[in-house]
Amino acid sequence: MSTDDLDALALLNDPVRRSLYEAVAAGGGDVGRGEAAEAAGVSRTLAGHHLDKLVEAGLLESGFRAPAKKGPGSGRPAKVYRRARGERSVSLPPRDYVTLASVLAGVVDLLGAEEQAEQAARGAGERIGARHAGEPVERVLGERGYEPYEEGGLLRLRNCPFHVLAVEEPLLVCSMNLALCQGLLRGLGEDPGRARLDPRPGECCVALSKTNGD
Amino acid sequence: MHLAQLNLAHLRAPIDSAELAEFVALLEPINAVADAAPGFVWRLKESESDPTATVRHDYGDYLLVNFSVWESLESLWNYVYRSPHLDVLRRRREWFQRMAEPTMVMWWVPEGTIPTLAEAMERLERLKTEGPSPEAFTYKDAYDSSEAANLPAAAEARK
Repeated sequence: MSTDDLDALALLNDPVRRSLYEAVAAGGGDVGRGEAAEAAGVSRTLAGHHLDKLVEAGLLESGFRAPAKKGPGSGRPAKVYRRARGERSVSLPPRDYVTLASVLAGVVDLLGAEEQAEQAARGAGERIGARHAGEPVERVLGERGYEPYEEGGLLRLRNCPFHVLAVEEPLLVCSMNLALCQGLLRGLGEDPGRARLDPRPGECCVALSKTNGD
Repeated sequence: MHLAQLNLAHLRAPIDSAELAEFVALLEPINAVADAAPGFVWRLKESESDPTATVRHDYGDYLLVNFSVWESLESLWNYVYRSPHLDVLRRRREWFQRMAEPTMVMWWVPEGTIPTLAEAMERLERLKTEGPSPEAFTYKDAYDSSEAANLPAAAEARK
């Protein structure tokens, strides 16, 4: 754990900064100062001040969006914000599960045990689902860091909770993630077939059809 | 610089067998995804008219060759793992044998250069015998294009 990570995360203790960060993250791409300010219910000036603090700490990145109108009188490009690519984690006392997970992924590869790994993930998902039986799947996935949102009749997942490992071992981790989501649906008493692979850049590889039978 | 990638698959049965029929049926849609993917530059095709024709070569009947050039590591990664191609990969055991040795290799090429299949096979051989280097690497031990461009001549100059 680095002091930088702790300092950066401590910035989010402020409720205004926290809601601005969440507004930008939920936007999924470039979010303007005005949009973020509105979502957080604060003035543009105050939003700008806090957003720039979040950029300084490396939690957000900023850029400029060209104005829709071109030519004279179209104004300056608008400043926009997006979630920074890097990830921060703090564990007290220090723990390092990522290294262990990476080693275990290597073992699965050595053994050619992908199917067993998927089976184990499905079982783990079922147990998680069973603990939340009757709750809406959006909430359960949201609490587990997937950041669900609706688009085109699908429930898409903005965030991959296993990102570091998914970059290292995409095939294994994405397959296990799908099995985990399917198990979770089963545990919740829903149709596991709602979860399927529908990968696109920058997001989780799984998407859920909205209701049974879709 | 552009990124060249060679990827080999060892078929479980002849390409025209019933066992491989589902895979062959996926060739056209998945190749279309590749051709339309952001950052795609080139891939080795057996035929311009038949999208299901696999590359003919002298390296054995059961060897399937995928050989392509991309604008960046990220564009290739996004096609391989963040497109409908991922689901095909996930089913690879139905059609391909599990290999203990590396079957994929990447290296940087100057823009506009199309490498030969013989060179690609040599790069893979190099990865197998010498391990990853800027001249032959994998996702796990990737080198960026500047590292490749700086080596070996520029590395000598910096000493």
